[in-house]
Amino acid sequence: MSYDVPAIEGEVEAELSGAPGGLPLWEVFVRADRGLNHVHCGSVHAADADLALRNARDVYTRRREGVSIWVVPSSQISASDPDTKEAWFDTDHPYRHPTFYEIPDEVGHM
Amino acid sequence: MTSVEKLEARFEEILANDEKVEPRDWMPEAYRKTMIRQIAQHAHSEVIGQQPEGNWVTRAPTLKRKAILMAKVQDEAGHGLYLYSAAETLGISRHELNELLHSGRQKYSSIFNYPTLSWADIGAVGWLVDGAAITNQVMLTRTSYGPYARAMIRICKEESFHQRQGFEIMMTLTSGTEAQKAMAQDALNRWWWPSLAMFGPPDAESTHTEQSVAWKIKLETNDELRQKFVDMSVPQAELLGLTLPDPDLIWNEERGHYDFGPIDWDDFWQVVKGNGPCNRERIEHKVKAWDDGAWVREAATAHAERQARRAAAAAPAQEAA
Repeated sequence: MSYDVPAIEGEVEAELSGAPGGLPLWEVFVRADRGLNHVHCGSVHAADADLALRNARDVYTRRREGVSIWVVPSSQISASDPDTKEAWFDTDHPYRHPTFYEIPDEVGHM
Repeated sequence: MTSVEKLEARFEEILANDEKVEPRDWMPEAYRKTMIRQIAQHAHSEVIGQQPEGNWVTRAPTLKRKAILMAKVQDEAGHGLYLYSAAETLGISRHELNELLHSGRQKYSSIFNYPTLSWADIGAVGWLVDGAAITNQVMLTRTSYGPYARAMIRICKEESFHQRQGFEIMMTLTSGTEAQKAMAQDALNRWWWPSLAMFGPPDAESTHTEQSVAWKIKLETNDELRQKFVDMSVPQAELLGLTLPDPDLIWNEERGHYDFGPIDWDDFWQVVKGNGPCNRERIEHKVKAWDDGAWVREAATAHAERQARRAAAAAPAQEAA
């Protein structure tokens, strides 16, 4: 459906201040099964870690999507700067990859 | 190139390569605003959408139907929360989103301003309203903003259950007594046209479509999606033995699509403007639920603060030991 509800005449666009308020925000990481990593899947609001875990269970694992959950206060996440992406991640060199090396066929699988 | 031009070029390159825009990327302010507006409206729609269905939880005909309906209503709450979470990555807070909904400064889909008058409405809503939602949401799994696209993937997986359970309710009714069949037909008569209007105004009159398509927020237009939905629904209605309330509905061999009659856009605009049958009731109920829950939030915060104080007081003692 169109979730883009058309604007009506005289409608004032909402001013977005981004002002914080309400309960703290937590990032949620779910381990789908034993043997897999926890993977980020979204966020929840909660007063403390116990309630954040409960909320995360209710919101993100209603269909057995997980066997383990981590919650981390969003304010505690440090992240790399997306604007320096090219220089920051330019650590690739051909000799880091196995195909760089010429090995005779007689050696077989290596 | 100035630094802004460089950033714009990078943003355009991401879109051209069909990569996703991610939260900390530079993006034009208008893109950010459009995205916040659309995700917020979508989230609000899921949350308000609990009400017409919640209306029948206590009166579901069997325990099985009641359990299913509760799971579905819970899913709608979950969908709202996935979407709020996505909106918050754009720099708006949940607190603010709530305020904007409660004060009527942000909208939700007009479809939820119609009442659910009989049990058959629960079937019709699942079949048609969720069916229309899926048509739109499948497109949105490929939308250009990463967190929105990811939320849509989760939602689409769950939405399929919603549509199938609705269709099953309709099947049960149409294979029942004459009265039950009439009830199903009545619900279809009332939900068909609002479901078509859900896709939004025709492309020619839609102010947002062009820009949204350029930004790859929308990959198909309102009219394209509406046509897809009609083509899908006609054989389903035939299977149910129900008649779609449109005398102009006819297969067009040349187009390879069904032609359908004109939509009553005056009614649509009346509901968007706040004059639908349930606009006031929906927001009043939402605000009341929020206010009634205030003591829970306050108690949880007080508990968290006390636990933190206790932990702080206990810490030096442990060190000394």
